[in-house]
Amino acid sequence: MENKYFKSLDELTIDTTREIETTQAGDKGFILESQNEVKSIATASRRDFLKAFGFTIASAAIASSCEQPVRKAIPFLIQPEGLIPGKAAYYASSFFDGIDYCSVLVKVRDGRPIKIEGNTLSSVTRGGTSARVQASVLGLYDNGRHKTPLLKGEETTWDQVDEKIIQKLTSIKDKQGKVVILSSTIISPTTKAAIAAFMDAYPGTDHVQYDVLSASGILKANETSFGKAFVPSYRFDKANLIVAFDADFMGSWLSPIEFTKQYMQNRKLTNGQRAMSRHIHFEGAMSLTGSNADNRVQIKPSQQKLVLANLLHELRKIEGGETSASIPASPVDIVSLASDLLKNKERSLVISGSNDTQEQLLVNAINQLLGNYGSTIETDIHLKLRQATDEKMDALVEQMNAGEVDGLIIYDVNPVYDYNKKDRFIEGLKKVDLTVAMPVFDEETSAFVEFVCPDHHYLEAWNDAEIKTGFYSLAQPAIRPIFKTRAAQESLLRWTGNSADYHQYLMSFWETQIFPKAVNELFFTAFWNTKLHDGVFESGEKEDSGLEFTQDPSNEVLVNLKETDNPSAIEMVFYTNVSVGTGKHANNPWLQELPDPVTKACWDNYIAISPRLAQELNINDEQLVSVNGLPALPVLIQPGQQYKTLSVALGYGREKGGVPANGVGKNMFPLLTTNNGNKTYWIGDVNIEVVEGTYAVARTQSHHSMEGRALVRDTSLEAYLENPESGNEVRKEIKAHLKSLYPKAEFDGFHWGMAIDLNSCTGCNACVVACSAENNVPVVGKEQVINSREMHWIRIDRYYKGDPEDPELVRQPVMCQHCDNAPCENVCPVAATTHSNEGLNQMAYNRCIGTRYCNNNCPYKVRRFNFFDYTGSDSFKGNRYDPAEMTTDLRRLVLNPDVTVRSKGVIEKCSFCVQRIQEKKLEAKTENRMLKDGDVVPACAQSCPADAIVFGNLNDKNSKVSKYFADERNYHLLEEIHTLPSVGYLTKVKNKTI
Amino acid sequence: MYVSPIREPLIRGAKNYSQVTKDILAPMAGTPSKYWYMGITLAGAAALFGAWATFMTVYYGIGTWGLNKTVGWGWGITNFVWWVGIGHAGTFISAILLLFRQKWRTSINRSAEAMTLIAIACAGFFPLIHMGRLLLGFFIFPYPNTRALWVNFNSPLLWDVFAISTYFLVSLIFWYVGLIPDIGTVRDKAKTKIRKAIYGFLSFGWTGSAKHWSRHETVSLILAGLAAPLVLSVHTIVSFDFATSVIPGWHTTIFPPYFVSGAVFSGFAMVLTLLIVARKALNLEEYITINHIESMNKVIIVTGSIVGIAYITEFFMAWYSGVEYEQYAFMNRAFGPYAWAYWIMMTCNVITPQLFWFKKIRTSLVATFIISIFVNIGMWFERFVIVVTSLHRDYLPSSWTMYKPTIVEVGLYVGTIGLFFTLFLIFIRVFPVIAIAEVKSVLKSSGDNKINAHHE
Repeated sequence: MENKYFKSLDELTIDTTREIETTQAGDKGFILESQNEVKSIATASRRDFLKAFGFTIASAAIASSCEQPVRKAIPFLIQPEGLIPGKAAYYASSFFDGIDYCSVLVKVRDGRPIKIEGNTLSSVTRGGTSARVQASVLGLYDNGRHKTPLLKGEETTWDQVDEKIIQKLTSIKDKQGKVVILSSTIISPTTKAAIAAFMDAYPGTDHVQYDVLSASGILKANETSFGKAFVPSYRFDKANLIVAFDADFMGSWLSPIEFTKQYMQNRKLTNGQRAMSRHIHFEGAMSLTGSNADNRVQIKPSQQKLVLANLLHELRKIEGGETSASIPASPVDIVSLASDLLKNKERSLVISGSNDTQEQLLVNAINQLLGNYGSTIETDIHLKLRQATDEKMDALVEQMNAGEVDGLIIYDVNPVYDYNKKDRFIEGLKKVDLTVAMPVFDEETSAFVEFVCPDHHYLEAWNDAEIKTGFYSLAQPAIRPIFKTRAAQESLLRWTGNSADYHQYLMSFWETQIFPKAVNELFFTAFWNTKLHDGVFESGEKEDSGLEFTQDPSNEVLVNLKETDNPSAIEMVFYTNVSVGTGKHANNPWLQELPDPVTKACWDNYIAISPRLAQELNINDEQLVSVNGLPALPVLIQPGQQYKTLSVALGYGREKGGVPANGVGKNMFPLLTTNNGNKTYWIGDVNIEVVEGTYAVARTQSHHSMEGRALVRDTSLEAYLENPESGNEVRKEIKAHLKSLYPKAEFDGFHWGMAIDLNSCTGCNACVVACSAENNVPVVGKEQVINSREMHWIRIDRYYKGDPEDPELVRQPVMCQHCDNAPCENVCPVAATTHSNEGLNQMAYNRCIGTRYCNNNCPYKVRRFNFFDYTGSDSFKGNRYDPAEMTTDLRRLVLNPDVTVRSKGVIEKCSFCVQRIQEKKLEAKTENRMLKDGDVVPACAQSCPADAIVFGNLNDKNSKVSKYFADERNYHLLEEIHTLPSVGYLTKVKNKTI
Repeated sequence: MYVSPIREPLIRGAKNYSQVTKDILAPMAGTPSKYWYMGITLAGAAALFGAWATFMTVYYGIGTWGLNKTVGWGWGITNFVWWVGIGHAGTFISAILLLFRQKWRTSINRSAEAMTLIAIACAGFFPLIHMGRLLLGFFIFPYPNTRALWVNFNSPLLWDVFAISTYFLVSLIFWYVGLIPDIGTVRDKAKTKIRKAIYGFLSFGWTGSAKHWSRHETVSLILAGLAAPLVLSVHTIVSFDFATSVIPGWHTTIFPPYFVSGAVFSGFAMVLTLLIVARKALNLEEYITINHIESMNKVIIVTGSIVGIAYITEFFMAWYSGVEYEQYAFMNRAFGPYAWAYWIMMTCNVITPQLFWFKKIRTSLVATFIISIFVNIGMWFERFVIVVTSLHRDYLPSSWTMYKPTIVEVGLYVGTIGLFFTLFLIFIRVFPVIAIAEVKSVLKSSGDNKINAHHE
């Protein structure tokens, strides 16, 4: 203080006060301290100023140079009634795409449909779904959708389109011309009414139905046998012996979801049931259904008629009936099958996927002889799918070419792509004055018509359906139309001068036509509201025509039967797979990336060939070959393929589907031929030519043998009945060896577990798509699948057993096993993956730095690494990897907001749908109750049409999953390495004839 | 000290102390030769290739590599373990051989240690670059943070972080402490002011007083004592990355000793590769003699034999364990799709070093150089075999895949080799490649003139 210089007295005094305050600061606490600070700033020296100034400038510079992304979150101006942010609403609806039907619940979050779930109230599909049904929600956000009506390819308005169409229609009407409505099979009664109204308004209008997958053979055979063309209702659940000829009833034949439910109901061994149906499958190509059969017999498609005829002949012989006709011998032994069938009279089911009328007549005769009509085949309830006869379509095309058609309204079909004589169709189209298409997606046909009047996606539209006689269901919009689309029915009505919207029309139709069928309902509004809520209405009505099996022309077939089989000829089968199907959904990236249940290939079609023929022709996998001089396709060697049968999938080679669809595979529809008026899904005597070069096919599995490891355990029914542990004997030995120095993990509350009945899993892949939809699993595209980098959280492993020419095929869904002694958890250096106190193996994406050590150390290889920025969430710009256009603003609307979108460089994997567990726990908590068994259903389990997956609390000894775990058939994958998985598998039991 | 007449002198050419200083400092003086420029251009170009590959990896992601859902580690970790292995020779020579009083180490320890440091830097690059989210790499450090996050001390990868960083730090200090007297010499011989100032600073005021020498010796000995167990621990811990896992082919208790001997084996091979060239290029034949090379070759025989026995033991254990996965993993190594890699490894690592039993071969420069290259290749393939062939076919055949590196992975490897040689070439211009002080200390007992004098 003594040497303190001062410039003024003021300064001196201030300094003195400061000194006093500092000494007292300790007593006065922080208030004084902060005052001190204020003071010190007030008396800041030049140096302090520069310090503060420098800091401010520097921090301002840093802060302003870090660009902040602009994010728009706009709140509702008026909160919609009943909408709770963050809580999903479910609407019952009906999926129908002209081919497949499913009663569904649509999960809507914040106004966006984000997930499709099965509707358990429907007694047809009973809560089951398929891969395509699961994926259909992505179709709503398809970049390839029509966004406005088009006039000669130019965008226009509805008013203009309507005006011009009505003008043309009126002039056609005036000159008494002919208009044809070309549609897929219509199962909607109200749509039928709308079409009828249109036909009334424009007399001379014809309605032609056209099915890509035709059942003409069944329709025509039944017309002969019963006097009415119909598809009956099949009851696989009532059949003890199922004999299928080339009918892929779990994948593509008629009503696969319904059939899978029925079929599996009869094959469960978990509920004390000790009997199982037996399934014998005759086919040339290895199909999904064939691969699940107890016995699979390889025949060429051309041999089917002969085998059926011999079977009928043999049955009649045993029955002592007339066996006059002598017929060529069967290429395969059917004698024991015939006696087995007779043992199961009225309890058997013989079906054929053939579209040949004569073959279906033989099938009818066999079923009639076995007394199956009325038990396993219901003639009083009709399946309303596949009502089109191919002849009508062929006749229409000829009429168009002859200039007899003045107007053509194409609804829900894409013949320019999938009609086998598409050139003829296009030619004919040019001769039609008025051409209108009402598609949802931009399709090949749209380019050839004058007017495109885009229809709503089914999730935006009102509709109804009658899948089977008396089984009605409703479809309701789950979102306002995203684009300027209009319901096709509304368009038709509008053109008749009726300006009612389709919703009103539907309600009034139901009020007058459907409501009277309801027995205990008094008021229509109440009826409507409950049925709309349930999604389904089952009136219990039957077909009243009293159909009787009258005509049996099978003798004529038998007499005229010739040895047509040319043993050296190579035949080719055309099939549709469970992913893109007929190609209608080819622009759906989830479906394109879905591996085929048999070949595990995706993003392409290819020619399957038997190992023996491949060896003879000296060709390897992925060799390019050309069949009948058509564009070359790669070959995949398919164990179990009939020696001289090739097969190839339809539904590929789209040209105008959109980025994911275009140029994927080759279009095989032009190869289909017509035989006796019916489309035939195989061709005989094909000519294979090896073309220079190979073509890489993306496959998610490249090794097909279990290498003798006990991964998928199976047994026969006989052995199982003797010893329930059969096939699983090794487990006892393993368990005896499992010793650990560490105490076993204990879980006080919940211990989540999953059990998978391998006997039920068909491999249909519905779970894979359901998981992708629920968990925002990215699509990586063909190239990355070739690099083995697919992201699916659940996969279905498929292995062959035995002789490669005639192997058995086993499947195993594998997802994260949620090991209680998880090898992945202890190797993560940053503790990004940890065990929850409910037994879940958790991933903290934000914590993950991507060392991939967990992935290496996972014996099940279920962890998936984000090799690129697949989602657009990376911090770098311009490095996005999105070959399937999954990150456009439109597509992103499908993302589930409950699940984090993962960025580049992190590991992800199955979480047991932890968001669903959490949601149900909170629900139970708010309702002040305990969580019940079955409350929490992960996406995979929910989607399964075979109920193969069970989820629940292992601590609850009465839960279903605990019971499965206590079953003698239960085992854990790689139990011997002491990972203590929370997923159990139940041995597969086959009802084989030995 | 007793000098055996049959013991070869460690330094040839009857040198005196000032000659030693002059000879060893010669490479640092004047402008570099054109070979040096050519070398650094080539090495620099390789390093730039690596820089491009680094950018591709960080910007586009690990997808630019050939890894997939099954093979999560490939060339990246192969290179990491290879470089860590190479980084074993220097400290082994200077610490363990110092403790064992092996005087022949004095001529080679400096360059071997420098090589160690550079190799560890190259090795450390790989665990970093192979992270999916490199920018968040700091998560692996147990630093206090507001998010209450902590590392997982159960993870061998975390042990790696500590093991490698400790080893690098101790090796660096050890190397630098050894350098101090020599830096003093360089400072004293420096002709320009700047040089004098820089080396003056780096010498920490070294005067060469008895007190300085005494402290220097003590610190060296303590550091050697510290570094010696580290030599063994680093690769032991690196081997834990594999040994503690459940993957057949990785899950083996033999890994720690097998990895350590393999590391010394590959490290010595790399030292030989470098020194055979360096002694010629830098005219240091009289300091790094055939005698030195022969001694190193003997170490190679020992470690190479240990490695060979380990390979055979692994096979025996796979059979003896009765574990089908283990048995398959080893059959797959020898006869699977990557059998070529396995047989390259076996040939290079087990057969070629055995040739050193012949004195003619182990005293031949050309043969030694060729064999040292073989060992380098063989040891790289050993790591490739362990990392890739174990992973690509593990438990569930449904997930089996093949792995093929991409140009980016090649770029990263070539880049680290470029970095290695760039830094080494800079090193020989900046510091004396041979420990002058230490060589002088053995000159009296093992120099040519002394031994010759004794003969006379």
